[in-house]
Amino acid sequence: MTFSPDDWAAIRLTLELAATTTAVLLLLGTPVAWWLARTPSRLKAVVGAVVSLPLVLPPTVLGFYLLVLLGPNGVGGQLTQALGLGLLPFSFPGLVVASVLYSTPFVVQPLQQAFEAIGTRPLEAAATLRASPRDTFFTVVLPLARPGFVTATILGFAHTVGEFGVVLMIGGNIPEKTRVVSVQIYDHVEALEYAQAHWLAGGMVVFSFLVLLALYASKARRSYVG
Amino acid sequence: MILPPDGGAIRARFDIAYPGFALEADLTLPGHGITALFGRSGSGKTTLLRAIAGLERHPGAYLAVNGEVWQDDDQFLPTHRRPLGYVFQEASLFPHLTVRRNLEFGQKRALAGVGAAERRADLEQSAELLGIAPLLDRLPDRLSGGERQRAAIARALLTRPRLLLMDEPLAALDFQRKAEILPYLERLHDELEIPVLYVSHSPDEVARLADHLVLLQDGKVAASGPLRDTLARLDLPTAFADDAGVVVEGTAAEFDAAYHLLRLDFPGGSVHVAHGEVPPGRRLRFQVRARDVSLSLSAERDSSILNRLLATVTAVADADTPAHVLVRLDAGGTPLLARITRRSRDQLGLAPGKPVWVQIKAVALLA
Repeated sequence: MTFSPDDWAAIRLTLELAATTTAVLLLLGTPVAWWLARTPSRLKAVVGAVVSLPLVLPPTVLGFYLLVLLGPNGVGGQLTQALGLGLLPFSFPGLVVASVLYSTPFVVQPLQQAFEAIGTRPLEAAATLRASPRDTFFTVVLPLARPGFVTATILGFAHTVGEFGVVLMIGGNIPEKTRVVSVQIYDHVEALEYAQAHWLAGGMVVFSFLVLLALYASKARRSYVG
Repeated sequence: MILPPDGGAIRARFDIAYPGFALEADLTLPGHGITALFGRSGSGKTTLLRAIAGLERHPGAYLAVNGEVWQDDDQFLPTHRRPLGYVFQEASLFPHLTVRRNLEFGQKRALAGVGAAERRADLEQSAELLGIAPLLDRLPDRLSGGERQRAAIARALLTRPRLLLMDEPLAALDFQRKAEILPYLERLHDELEIPVLYVSHSPDEVARLADHLVLLQDGKVAASGPLRDTLARLDLPTAFADDAGVVVEGTAAEFDAAYHLLRLDFPGGSVHVAHGEVPPGRRLRFQVRARDVSLSLSAERDSSILNRLLATVTAVADADTPAHVLVRLDAGGTPLLARITRRSRDQLGLAPGKPVWVQIKAVALLA
């Protein structure tokens, strides 16, 4: 006996959620990280702290506030309803919103560090070679920050796969819709289906190890920026 | 691209204040040739260069290059819109691009309207000029410091700039690498027709390369003028004092094969230097340090000193120690400096207008 159809559904959902979340985070996190790496503004400390909050908050706190905010009486909930999107809690889009918030530091921080490591000299050199700031960002900054993007992608993806509390609070436990692997394991354990739980839990251990192995191996190979 | 010689000038006025540092400069610089911005570290020379490049924005400044305003009260042209080339102190090649792609980076942006074939020919020519042709397919981390700096110079030149800014391009290199690059810079000096601003704290580089000298001290312009005249000024601050001397440009004349001496002629006389044969007519710079010059009232033909010129005292001033004075002389239009003791001055009765024999103990050829 290996994975049941329910297990497979949970695995597929988990990968979809992690991929979507990572894509959204790379898109939204890059400008935030760039701003944090370059700004002389005093708001930098505030924004940096807010971005890092999910590192220290229990997922239940984040989940609770999201539930209130996105629920029928919350500001976010009224907005999504007015836009014809319905309510986000207990839906896949709701899971994505929660995961994006919860994994933000795991994407923004490596990007910010990579941007900071580049320093100002390559940007100045590019400016003296007629490259506009936008041009410089795409032709100099992004390639030089590539190791940071690799780290951010891996950490963002892996951290989303490993979520439990925030997913349970905002997504509930709806098969094929919001029941991800970590919740499925919880269900198996509750039902005393230890063999099933072992397969999924063991799979998570192997997956996480391989991800981190890939990350550290790529760090050791890194050729530039340093 | 190339502007006619005397095609204009650089007007720069900056008034910059940081906590603990202020730079006040109001300069008119020649529109061609190499202008050295010389001074100790902290004198403001790099700050001035960065301000001219637009890398730092200082309100209230004025900057025009060959008639084109780059900054005044109403406008500030951002760096990437200024037709300049900039060579940083340490190599600033993009580490993720090969040397060739580095060279093309600025070229294809600055010369979008120029055909690919012409750009390619330009690139090959610059690579040849700076001796990096065999390195084009390497990544920068596979180059030596000197090679990287030469590639950075080629990269700046390939944008066909109208002003080249160099911020101590040799400072980060060891003696050997410097010696490796200087001949390339001298070649640029001969071939480039755009103005070059060259920041340096090395008197030797200044003497070899500069046509015009701006002396910066504590954020103020202590002197600005043609190299020859500026070096011979007596009122300069102590930056040059223990190293005072003049640079003279001469023409290679006769080569004495028996004694292995080369004669160089210049307005006001000629000197012999120990040097190999050089095609007659070639222009060569040599340096005469004030401490290597002695004065006498008669031609001492029984001395071992080879180089002797007749000159007139034009001024006498205090030197770096109370025991010495600096004497400025005019040898047929060429200014010279001598550093002698105060006692000798009184014994010889040196005063402006007095003719003297100038004995030069050492002549340093600069190329």
